[in-house]
Amino acid sequence: MAPILDVKNLYKNYGSTEVLKDINVSIEEGDFLVLVGPSGCGKSTLLNCIAGLEPITGGDLFIGGQNMTNVSPKDRDIAMVFQSYALYPTMTVAKNITFGMKVRGIDQATQDAKLAQVAAQLQIGPLLHRKPGQLSGGQRQRVAMGRALVRDPKLFLFDEPLSNLDAKLRVEMRTEIKALHQRLGASMVYVTHDQIEAMTLATKIVVMKSGVIQQIGSPSEIYNRPANLFVADFMGSPAMNLIPAKTRMNGKGMQVEIARKDGDPIILTDARNKDLPEDVILGVRPEDIADAALGRAGETQEADCVIDIVEPAGADTFAVLELGGKHVTARLHAETTATAGAAQRLTFDLGKVSYFEPETGLRLN
Amino acid sequence: MTDMPYAPTRGQSPVTKLVLRFVLYVLLGLFALFYLMPLFVMLTTSLKSLDEIRTGDLVSLPREVTFDAWRTAWASACTGVQCEGVRPYFLNSLLIAIPAVAISTIVGALNGYAVAQWRFKGANIFFALMLFGCFIPFQVVLLPMARMLGIMGVAGTIPGLIFVHVIYGLGFTTLFFRNYYVSIPSELTKAAKVDGAGFFRIFWSIFLPLSLPIIVVTVIWQFTQIWNDFLFGVSFSQAGTQPVTVALNNIVNSTTGVKEYNVDMAAAIIAALPTLLVYVVAGKYFIRGLTAGSVKG
Repeated sequence: MAPILDVKNLYKNYGSTEVLKDINVSIEEGDFLVLVGPSGCGKSTLLNCIAGLEPITGGDLFIGGQNMTNVSPKDRDIAMVFQSYALYPTMTVAKNITFGMKVRGIDQATQDAKLAQVAAQLQIGPLLHRKPGQLSGGQRQRVAMGRALVRDPKLFLFDEPLSNLDAKLRVEMRTEIKALHQRLGASMVYVTHDQIEAMTLATKIVVMKSGVIQQIGSPSEIYNRPANLFVADFMGSPAMNLIPAKTRMNGKGMQVEIARKDGDPIILTDARNKDLPEDVILGVRPEDIADAALGRAGETQEADCVIDIVEPAGADTFAVLELGGKHVTARLHAETTATAGAAQRLTFDLGKVSYFEPETGLRLN
Repeated sequence: MTDMPYAPTRGQSPVTKLVLRFVLYVLLGLFALFYLMPLFVMLTTSLKSLDEIRTGDLVSLPREVTFDAWRTAWASACTGVQCEGVRPYFLNSLLIAIPAVAISTIVGALNGYAVAQWRFKGANIFFALMLFGCFIPFQVVLLPMARMLGIMGVAGTIPGLIFVHVIYGLGFTTLFFRNYYVSIPSELTKAAKVDGAGFFRIFWSIFLPLSLPIIVVTVIWQFTQIWNDFLFGVSFSQAGTQPVTVALNNIVNSTTGVKEYNVDMAAAIIAALPTLLVYVVAGKYFIRGLTAGSVKG
């Protein structure tokens, strides 16, 4: 079956500025694609191009197997949820939701049935006769979703739909969107700058920077095998530790040498990788550096390190130390004995380690 | 120096406050009186008889109130050779102002909506040119416009004057509506486009219902401009199609013999009444509309 959305060699320029460069993405039916990147990376522009709200400069765009490159938004069989919700301020919630059907000349009985169905789905029944101005942020968000759901389109587009909500509501709505996706099995494209949203919602993530796709993959691929330093640094919270290190081969395998602030370098052995350049950037997730005393399974290697800062966060305690001249975060057990200024025995797990070329930033292993 | 926090309202006793308030009101009252003086003189003069005007004081109240001057001004004062009062010209002004205001407001709304929300190619240049139109002095367009009206075959007619006022008003009405619509988030238009609505549907269902404040502003502005216009009225009209401003001028300037100040004053007040009325009825929307910018989506 043809992919539900297929973007081929898409370019977008504003005047002489290239905003999107050679974008190639496709998703299958039921996929939840998240476009993520820092602000100004072109992710919202890409979404607007998919919606047909921005003309594209080059390339082709297929939705449901049909070439939609020059088709107007209303004929693309899409629905979109906007960051500011974009509810029609003079219409009631009910009219907001049925506006699209009214414009398309769908008969009143069908409109009413669909409205009732969506209202039940999103639990907005009591709000139907209110104006958007009388709703709270979360309620407006639901209505905006309702307006999209009622259309039953081939493709849902979300443009940072949660960024105007407060932190608590954002997490609730995130779960709800995920539940909705699972229930409907609908195909969705979702733009966000929040990498946690991206990780939790997506079946497929596209990481973008300056109009160029950095990596496409499942959340676990993006998290565990970032394609370059940018992706490694952007995805994950706290960010992946990127430590300058030296490698060399010997009889036991590859030795990785990391400078320590207060003495001899740490030497770790990595049996999985070999023959890397001498200078590398070592990428280690905070959770792969742990307390030695509160042991953990797996092939780990231990070293003493001086802890600079201890940040208890409830479930975990984060410890900041200095390795290779960089601040490094370790995710320690909540019950850790680590204290600032004192040495602590830590274990390093190189099972999921990443190596990057320092100059180009590209992944080496 | 003390380390007391800065608090601007501190240190004023209630008495000082009261005195300051009092001074403020007295000053404001004086200014109001000053500005109302001419209106007061006009009103009292129009209610006096000619004898009383000749013998009495300019600012005194009428000894005997009479509406004769008003009747004369409305129905039988002479504008040159005709002696029909301002009534027919008042009607002319209505026939010119109402369609001209309606058309220029509607077209201005569409223009402003297109320029603000449909960033078409050349939108900025189009808007700049419209804006430029606001600053062209009336006198500059007189001759070309006369020629234009002649070619169109509407010279000296009421439709001709409507046309002139619509053209001249479009710059302003477009500016008003554009500035209002530009503050409405463009995501509204995008959402409606995805919902399947087109240019006119979006305008009609979404933008027009939001526009009451700016419509009021535009209508007041346009009505005042068109009703009070003298230059176009005197240039592009002929006997029978003159607006009330021209008739007023003729009444005041073409009397022979005794100058009937009371009739002149009554006619002037009649000519000014519609604009006054518009301000009284819609004035609060005017202020609100000028200051209100954004609409929360």
